[in-house]
Amino acid sequence: MGGSSPCASCKLLRRRCAKDCIFAPYFPSDDPHKFAIVHKVFGASNVSKMLQELPVHQRADAVSSLVYEANARVRDPVYGCVGAISFLQNQVSQLEMQLAVAQAEILCIQMQQEPNLPTHQIDQVDKSLLLSTNNFDDNNIPQYLSFASSSNVIQDPLKRESLWT
Amino acid sequence: MSHSTRCAACKSLRRRCPKDCVLAPYFPPTNPQRFACVHKIFGASNTTKMLEQLPLHLRAVAADCMSFEASSRVEDPVYGTVGIISQLQEQIIEAQSELVKTKSEIAFHNAQQQLQQQQMQQLQMINAIAQEGEDWPSSFSSSQQDPFPNVNQQLFEDYNYSNTFCGFEF
Repeated sequence: MGGSSPCASCKLLRRRCAKDCIFAPYFPSDDPHKFAIVHKVFGASNVSKMLQELPVHQRADAVSSLVYEANARVRDPVYGCVGAISFLQNQVSQLEMQLAVAQAEILCIQMQQEPNLPTHQIDQVDKSLLLSTNNFDDNNIPQYLSFASSSNVIQDPLKRESLWT
Repeated sequence: MSHSTRCAACKSLRRRCPKDCVLAPYFPPTNPQRFACVHKIFGASNTTKMLEQLPLHLRAVAADCMSFEASSRVEDPVYGTVGIISQLQEQIIEAQSELVKTKSEIAFHNAQQQLQQQQMQQLQMINAIAQEGEDWPSSFSSSQQDPFPNVNQQLFEDYNYSNTFCGFEF
């Protein structure tokens, strides 16, 4: 159809924007930066294939997450989104440790108040404490960053400027 | 000159693996899946460009991170690593909420304890005062004990000894 302006992707790729252009719904012409960054990191061809493999109702979310990842990778060419994951995992660990300490304190208070606590109640309290301490046990934290690498070296991304500060 | 064994990238791309292959150090032939994911999501050309833009000592980490992002995207084609970030953010919110709740329980218990201690102290003070009040009048009761055993009783009679003594009535 003539007359309608091409989407951002077809503008950048300098091609005719077809009526059924797969990019058009998600990369409007008024936001050229959005497609530019996704194209830079993933490539138009790869993005097109990824979108084609998804049902239509999921494509908008997929585009949003691809834009997010592409932005993260441009801002942080070494760690990309992994830097954010590492930062957040660290926060989760710290919070869970603080929670375990606080729950231990509650347990002490309860034991002081009821020194003759029946054993089944003690077991339940211990269980909840164990569950909370297990949350930051290294074996139980989802190991998002434990992946095989050729170098086996993951330098601490927290030492660098974080996306989240 | 080329590598005697092609790296996973060059094997996948069916090309000779030169000695200075940018991808070879990070995509060994022993792990073809690693490059396959990165190739599918980022593409070989983009991967090479991104690594080339980095200093040598950072390329290994970058390759690992890209591999992680690519495999996350293959596992979750809609959200990729953003799904993980979202889960972690939810965990943080939950943990913070739980922590606030637990800390306020501790504060409540501590406040209760303080109040109980104050009440105990006040009770002790009241008891002490009440005890003093009981003990004091008995030592001056003329009906029970003569406070002045050595004084001439006649003198008292002469001076109209009354029930008042030193201004106190009893």
